[in-house]
Amino acid sequence: MDTAAPLLPPADWRDFLALTKPRVMTLVVFTGLCGMLAAPVHVDPVLGFTAILCIALGAGAAGALNQWYEADLDAAMRRTQKRPLPDGRMDRQAALHFGVGLAAFSVILMGLAVNLVAAAILTVSILFYVLIYTVWLKRRTPQNIVIGGAAGAFPPLIGWAAATGDVAWLPFLLFALVFLWTPPHFWALALFVKTDYAAAGVPMLPVVAGERATRRQIGLYTAYMSVVAIAPWPLGLTGWIYGVASIALTAAFAVLALLVAIRTQRTDDPMRQEKRLFSYSILYLFVLFGALVADRWVLP
Amino acid sequence: MKPDDLDLIRRRQKGRAIVMGLLLGGLVVLIFAITLSKIRLEMHG
Repeated sequence: MDTAAPLLPPADWRDFLALTKPRVMTLVVFTGLCGMLAAPVHVDPVLGFTAILCIALGAGAAGALNQWYEADLDAAMRRTQKRPLPDGRMDRQAALHFGVGLAAFSVILMGLAVNLVAAAILTVSILFYVLIYTVWLKRRTPQNIVIGGAAGAFPPLIGWAAATGDVAWLPFLLFALVFLWTPPHFWALALFVKTDYAAAGVPMLPVVAGERATRRQIGLYTAYMSVVAIAPWPLGLTGWIYGVASIALTAAFAVLALLVAIRTQRTDDPMRQEKRLFSYSILYLFVLFGALVADRWVLP
Repeated sequence: MKPDDLDLIRRRQKGRAIVMGLLLGGLVVLIFAITLSKIRLEMHG
């Protein structure tokens, strides 16, 4: 009796590209680049480019392995069911081989071409995202986003380490900033796609603890994040450009988060405030990191 | 296997081969540039 799975035609190269989650990669590359450009050293352009390429490939590998492991979850959610694996356009084993190969390549290239500290942190970030977040936490605890958020916080640290071969207080604060930014960012999203997560059985905070608790947590994490976002200036780690930008941008973030935190959801609520907070949170990180680089390169 | 399936497989194989060729070419150029940068850094400290 033939029990083998039906043979799929070879996947299109665009499906491999989709496995790497290119949109998520944009933010990862940007924060990694800013971490590198904020370092107080001259970076060789070729080695700098290689480091950013390795960060992008490492993030792509983590995304591919995440989609390999979560194909069943992705199939249950409208937002993700057109991805290559749930849509049946790609064999799971091909996704696994692609993810592992890309991860190994990115780490080896980083180690050989840039430095071992950056390669080690890149390895930890990939393993953290795949093993701690995807495999361990995501299906087990509503705190999945909080701890898993650390995986997305590594790029500025890797960028800095690639430039200097070391780590310092500023990249640690940048790590903490992205780490604390992740919960309000994702929980704002989870509030307006709650039904999707519930259908897939993912214990996101709004599904498990309810809407009010989620709103309270958004307010709480925004308060922590605000302190960390502004801290580099009074600590003397950045100049006034970052200081002014961080105060203005964080104040706007805090207002939007507060509006979400104190709201009560109605029937057929269009969730405008939550969508606004989610969109602004992405802009916030881009502009804040941009200000950090401007601060380093514009000020003497 | 229908002729349409075979056509799809050939098209995808060709697309993947082209992309793989371009990536490998890019990798060769990158490794060469990294080597030059490393030599330059060694020479100038």
